[in-house]
Amino acid sequence: MTSPNFAGRNARRFKAPSVIPGFGLTFGYTLLYLGLVVLLPLAALIWRSSGLGLSGLYDIATEPRVAAGLRTTFFISFCAALVDLFFGLIVAWVLTRYDFFGRRLLDAFVDLPFALPTAVAGISLAALYAPNGWFGEPLAAYGIKIAYTRWGILVALIFIGLPFVVRTVQPIVAELETELEEASATLGASRVQTVLRVLLPPLAPALLTGFALAFARSIGEYGSVIFIAGNIAYVSEIAPLLIVVKLEQYDIPGATGIATIMLAISFAALLAINLVQAFARKRFGHV
Amino acid sequence: MSESIAAGVPAARRRARVRPVTQDSPFARYALIATAIAFLSLFLLAPLAVVFYEAGTKGAAAFFEAFQDPDARAAIRLTLLIAAIAVPANLAFGLAAAWSIAKFSFPGKSLLITLIDLPFSVSPVVAGLVYVLLFGSQGLLGGWLTAHGVQIIFAVPGIVLATIFVTFPFVARELIPLMQEQGSVEEEAALTLGASGFKTFLTVTLPNIKWGLLYGVLLCNARAMGEFGAVSVVSGHIRGLTNTIPLQVEILYNEYNNVAAFALSVLLASLALVTLGIKTFLEWRHADALAARGRRH
Amino acid sequence: MGRQQGFAIRVEGVEQDFGAFPALRDVTLDIQPGELVALLGPSGSGKTTLLRVIAGLNAPDRGHVYFDGEDATNLPVQDRRVGFVFQNYALFKHMTVADNIAYGLKVRPRRSRPSRSAIAARANELLRFVQLEGLGGRYPAQLSGGQRQRVALARALAIEPRVLLLDEPFGALDARVRKDLRRWLREVHKETGLTTVFVTHDQDEAMELADRVVVLNEGRIEQIGTPAQLYDQPASPFVISFVGEAVALPVTVAAGHVKFGDRELHIDTHGLRSGPARVFFRPADIAVSASGAGEIEGRVESLRRTPAGVRATIAIDGYDQTLEIDSPLENAAALGDRVPLSLAKARIFPTEESAYVDAGEGI
Repeated sequence: MTSPNFAGRNARRFKAPSVIPGFGLTFGYTLLYLGLVVLLPLAALIWRSSGLGLSGLYDIATEPRVAAGLRTTFFISFCAALVDLFFGLIVAWVLTRYDFFGRRLLDAFVDLPFALPTAVAGISLAALYAPNGWFGEPLAAYGIKIAYTRWGILVALIFIGLPFVVRTVQPIVAELETELEEASATLGASRVQTVLRVLLPPLAPALLTGFALAFARSIGEYGSVIFIAGNIAYVSEIAPLLIVVKLEQYDIPGATGIATIMLAISFAALLAINLVQAFARKRFGHV
Repeated sequence: MSESIAAGVPAARRRARVRPVTQDSPFARYALIATAIAFLSLFLLAPLAVVFYEAGTKGAAAFFEAFQDPDARAAIRLTLLIAAIAVPANLAFGLAAAWSIAKFSFPGKSLLITLIDLPFSVSPVVAGLVYVLLFGSQGLLGGWLTAHGVQIIFAVPGIVLATIFVTFPFVARELIPLMQEQGSVEEEAALTLGASGFKTFLTVTLPNIKWGLLYGVLLCNARAMGEFGAVSVVSGHIRGLTNTIPLQVEILYNEYNNVAAFALSVLLASLALVTLGIKTFLEWRHADALAARGRRH
Repeated sequence: MGRQQGFAIRVEGVEQDFGAFPALRDVTLDIQPGELVALLGPSGSGKTTLLRVIAGLNAPDRGHVYFDGEDATNLPVQDRRVGFVFQNYALFKHMTVADNIAYGLKVRPRRSRPSRSAIAARANELLRFVQLEGLGGRYPAQLSGGQRQRVALARALAIEPRVLLLDEPFGALDARVRKDLRRWLREVHKETGLTTVFVTHDQDEAMELADRVVVLNEGRIEQIGTPAQLYDQPASPFVISFVGEAVALPVTVAAGHVKFGDRELHIDTHGLRSGPARVFFRPADIAVSASGAGEIEGRVESLRRTPAGVRATIAIDGYDQTLEIDSPLENAAALGDRVPLSLAKARIFPTEESAYVDAGEGI
């Protein structure tokens, strides 16, 4: 009923028949608004970058400063997503499986990076890890410098990515049937074996999804990073900052090139997520 | 192996205290809870706390003085104006998109949903850039706009557009799954009872989705007021004219005016806290009226 | 204390509370080696809790569990060697069928773990045993409900358990598959000779499969017996109501006579003291009296065809109560007829013990 029957009487009909009114108006408005606000501007980007050609994109990507920026962005985003993966799993587990004082409050705060404006996060992280900050000062005593180094970028990206992992994994942890653990125990497995062989594998697709979401978000992150990064060319410049720098130099093609590369990578990450989820659904009957 | 626990051990008379197999050992439990609390405190709570601390270092007078600055006031006004345009615009779109997607079936629906989600996967800086490419002086429409004396980039319209772009999916992606779940039986019932289409929407659909709608608007608003990257690219940073609160925070911070920067940040952080508070309350009280959790933003 | 010889499983004085709600109350039960025992009861009767206590998944608040005479009360689940089949099978979705079956062998400590090839051979052997040869490479999501049930059983058997415990083994299956699997479980039991305990709320299932049935109600054992004993000598009003259909009538006992209103019922009181009581009988044990003078009289209120004859619902004179009788097609009463009824067989229980009977009435 939902699939259009092109051979039959409904050949000319786009949507399935319904008594509910308003399809033309709402659908038309949806397409118009989507087209004007999202698709048209993105098309401008694609149009601009197609003017560059693949060789043009390659030239921009291999420009030493840009290459360093892209490397920094991808490498540190990857590391931050790994850290989020590890701690995000622990946080999701603790918030779902244990009851303790303050659990609800802690659970609410996990969303803070979603709600706190990135510029505010940026300056507060910079203040925390600056040489005279709450964390920066004691660390400086051991000769560890976080703010205005690549470590600072890592800290900011860990902050930004954490809720993606926690919120993706949490519902799956909640769905883990206790019977699986009991079955494993009756078959003689120790608790550690049960955790490693029975509980963690079903979480793998969600963990991978959370990792990819955190990674994709980190690649594009700007506000929370630039205040703490120090923005030293070739060392702690991130790719989004380079777009801004290129724009300030009126190097529109350069900015377009970097943006195109970043878009391609984040779409690849999203595609990977969808493939992982489709695979998990097909194989295990759940996500 | 079982022989080692022999019958007749006196301890066996007491209440059997075998730990349920689904529980972790107390050591593991406390270690994990401590790790989670420590991690969240270091990475989430400390950054939040330091905002309020830094804003208060020079006392209340210095804190309130930050809001006397005409540039700061202009930034607050502009931010409110941007949100007042962007949020209703995306709200109207979210309702239209959710109505057409959830109540009707047509080919290409999942592609449409993917396209609606698109702005979430675009870097804010890129979001700003695409408008520069479209409306900037060297952009596609730049020449025509200049000839007609219309300025979008480095002016308020550009900021509004960039903000709409980055907050585009919030309301729609909150409502679509919710309305899909609810189906259209109730609407059909109302129509058979003689209600008009618009009346049906107002009296049947809206009450069913109000909490989800509020939730989406809340998140949309928080992001609209706090957006930095996209707005930064298109604003031109003209003091008193095109600076929103986050941009003003950046300027003040770069001028080493920490107290003022953090004072304005307190405003945004409080907004974030209120948003989180209402969000948590809605999830707690109206969990059934919100679509499945575990989404990304 | 001491060794309890002769029983495969002995449950002694087990009690368990969930908060204020007592799930098991002073449960004592002996199970012989090789027996097939059903735990039968309505939901909330404690039957699953009892099974979990035997498995070691629940720790009882009081009481003991013995395996082969050894006190296993404090023995961790991992060391009990019980084969437990969960109601929804609890198969590991991310493992193939073969990996599911081999799991219990793979997680053994290295010293007692069979070689890789021995594990694979054992998994194959079990696949053949549960008639799933060739499906070892599939994932549980790719199997039917009945097939998953077999995998769950094979997985439980892989650890060479000393007892096999099944929680509502057929609950999640549709009626036809259930019938086949019932017969098959009986065969498995015969072949393995394992002491087997299963939980069910379906009395047909319990009666058809089990050597002995344990009837539980509100955390207590009502009766333990063979199916024949439960049918013929139900020990309590609950058992007669829950196992098979039964009708209850309020009566008074006075000096060895049973009175239903002003009529006397010819039932042996088994020395019941005088006072209010209830008479229980099955639809098959009451008939339209041939002599025309019955112990009970009523009016035919409705008629319904059954495979063998007609079932009539009869409103009893003077009581706001109905009962059902089966009669052959040829001499069925007509709607509205007044009929005299006489009892062939009935059980009588004093009223104070039968507080729950209202719930079971008319079953």
